[in-house]
Amino acid sequence: MISYMLQQLLNGLSLGGAYALIAIGYTMVYGILRMINFAHGDEFMMAGYFMIFSLAVFPWYVAVPFVILCTIVLGVLIERVAYKPLRNAPRMSVMISAIGISYLLQNLANYLFTAMPQSYPQIDILKHVYEFGSISVSRVTIIAPVLTIVLTVLLVLLVNHTKLGMAMRACSKDQETARIMGIRVDNIITITFVIGCGLAAVGSILYFTDRNTVQPYSGSLPGLKCFVAAVIGGIGNIQGAVLGGFIVGICQIVITAMGYSVFSDAFTFALLVIILIFKPSGLFGEKAVQKV
Amino acid sequence: MLEIKGLTINYGGIEAVKDISFTVPEGEIVTLVGANGAGKSSTLRGIIGLVKAKSGSITFDDKELMGESTDEIVKNGITLVPEGRHVFPDQTVLENLKIGAYLRKGNLDEDIENVYKIFPRLKERSWQAAGTLSGGEQQMLAVGRALMANPKLIMMDEPSLGLAPIIVNEIFEIIKRVNEQGTTVLLVEQNANMALHIADKAYVIENGRITIEGTGKELLMDERVKKAYLGTTAE
Repeated sequence: MISYMLQQLLNGLSLGGAYALIAIGYTMVYGILRMINFAHGDEFMMAGYFMIFSLAVFPWYVAVPFVILCTIVLGVLIERVAYKPLRNAPRMSVMISAIGISYLLQNLANYLFTAMPQSYPQIDILKHVYEFGSISVSRVTIIAPVLTIVLTVLLVLLVNHTKLGMAMRACSKDQETARIMGIRVDNIITITFVIGCGLAAVGSILYFTDRNTVQPYSGSLPGLKCFVAAVIGGIGNIQGAVLGGFIVGICQIVITAMGYSVFSDAFTFALLVIILIFKPSGLFGEKAVQKV
Repeated sequence: MLEIKGLTINYGGIEAVKDISFTVPEGEIVTLVGANGAGKSSTLRGIIGLVKAKSGSITFDDKELMGESTDEIVKNGITLVPEGRHVFPDQTVLENLKIGAYLRKGNLDEDIENVYKIFPRLKERSWQAAGTLSGGEQQMLAVGRALMANPKLIMMDEPSLGLAPIIVNEIFEIIKRVNEQGTTVLLVEQNANMALHIADKAYVIENGRITIEGTGKELLMDERVKKAYLGTTAE
C-alpha cells in the first residue's frame, strides 16, 4: 500500500513538473503583456508533433534541441503575427486573437496530421526503468521534477539578478517608462515568448513521454490546467506557477489513484474556484497595494 | 543643441501640438509653461519618440531624430523625467537607478555615488522599494534615474506636480544644481512662477502653439503672462 502511494506520488511529481514548465509560460506572458495566451497549450501540443517528426530523422540529442527551437520559432511567430499588431488595442482583443490562434493550431494539426492519435516516440534514455523493491519508475519520472526545479531556479536567477531580468521586470510594471529608459520593449516581449515556449517544449517532452500519444486536442485540457496552475500560484509569479503546477499535477494523480478518475479534471477546476473565492490573487499573487 | 522646427503632433484625435518651433541652447535651462492640456507634455513625448510626430524636425547636436525609436534617442543623450514620476514601485531605489543606466556599459558605482551626493536621502533608502517612498523622494529618484543615463539634455515633465511647497523649492534647487553640473534642462511646468525664475529662456504654449517667448525675466514682467499664469496684475 505504502509503495503504491509512493509510486503515485512520484507520478504526480512528474506530471506536476511538466505542468509547472507550461504554467511558467502563461504566467510570464501575463506578467509582461497582461494577457492570457490561450494558444500556449496548443503550442505545447505542436511541440509533441515536432518531436514525432524530428525523432524520425535525428538521434534524440539533436531532436530535443531541434524541437525546442521549432517551438520557440512557432511561439515568436504567433506573437509577431497575432499579438504585436494589437499592442495598442484593448487587452480583450489580444485575448480573442489568442483564442483564434488556439483553434487555428488545433485545426491545422487536424488537417496536417489527422485526428488519429499518433504514437509518441520513445526516447530510450528517458524510458529506462528503475526498480526499487515493488516500486518501478521510469527515468523520466525522476528527471521531470528535478529538471523543473533546476530550470525554475535558473529562470528566477535570470529575472532577479541580471540586466535582462531587470528590464523584464521594468516592462511588466510600466512599459512606457521602460521605453524612456531606453529598453526595447518589443525585444523583451520576444525574449519572454522565447523562454515560455522553450520551457513548454521541454514540458511537452516530459509529458508525452509518459503518455505515449499526441492528437490535435492534446494541448487543450493540459493547457487549461496549467493556466489554472498559474492562477492558483498567483498569475505573474514564476515560483507561484511552479508550485501551482505541482499542486495540480499531484492532485490529479492522487485522485485518479484513489479511484475517482472521473472527477480528477473537475477537482482541478473546483480548486480554482476555491482559490478565487478565498485568495483571488493566488498563493503568491502580486500585492495590489501601491503608494501614489 | 536641440532645435525643434515646425513640430506638429496629433494626440487622441486632436492636433495637440501645432507647428511649434523653439531651441534649447547647450548649458541652459529652457522652460515651456502653459495651462493643462496646452500641449507641453505632448511636445516632450514627441521629442523622446513616445508619440510619433506628424511633421516637423527635431535636430539634436545636428542630428535628425525625427522618427527614431526611443532607445535610439536616449542613446543620443536625451532623457525624460516623466510626469507623475513613474518610478518602478516594486524595485529598490538602487535598482531604479540601475535601470536608468540601462543603455550604458561599464561600471556605474561612480555615477550612483554622484546621484547619492545630490540626493542623500536616496542613499539612506537605497534598499527600500521605490513605491514606499514619499512623493518628493520619488521625484528625486525619477530625476536621479534620468541622470544615470548620463544625458546631455534632461527633460522634466511637471516635476513639482502634487508636491508640498517646501519640497517644490527643494526640487527647483536640484534642477539648478543639475544644470550647473553641465546638463542642459528642458523643463515643462504649470508652476510658471518657479519655472520662470530659474529659466534662461521661456516659451508660453497655448492651445498647442507658442504665443509668447523671451528670457525668464522678461516673461516674469510680461503683463499677459502675469495675468494668465502668475495670478498677479500690475498695481
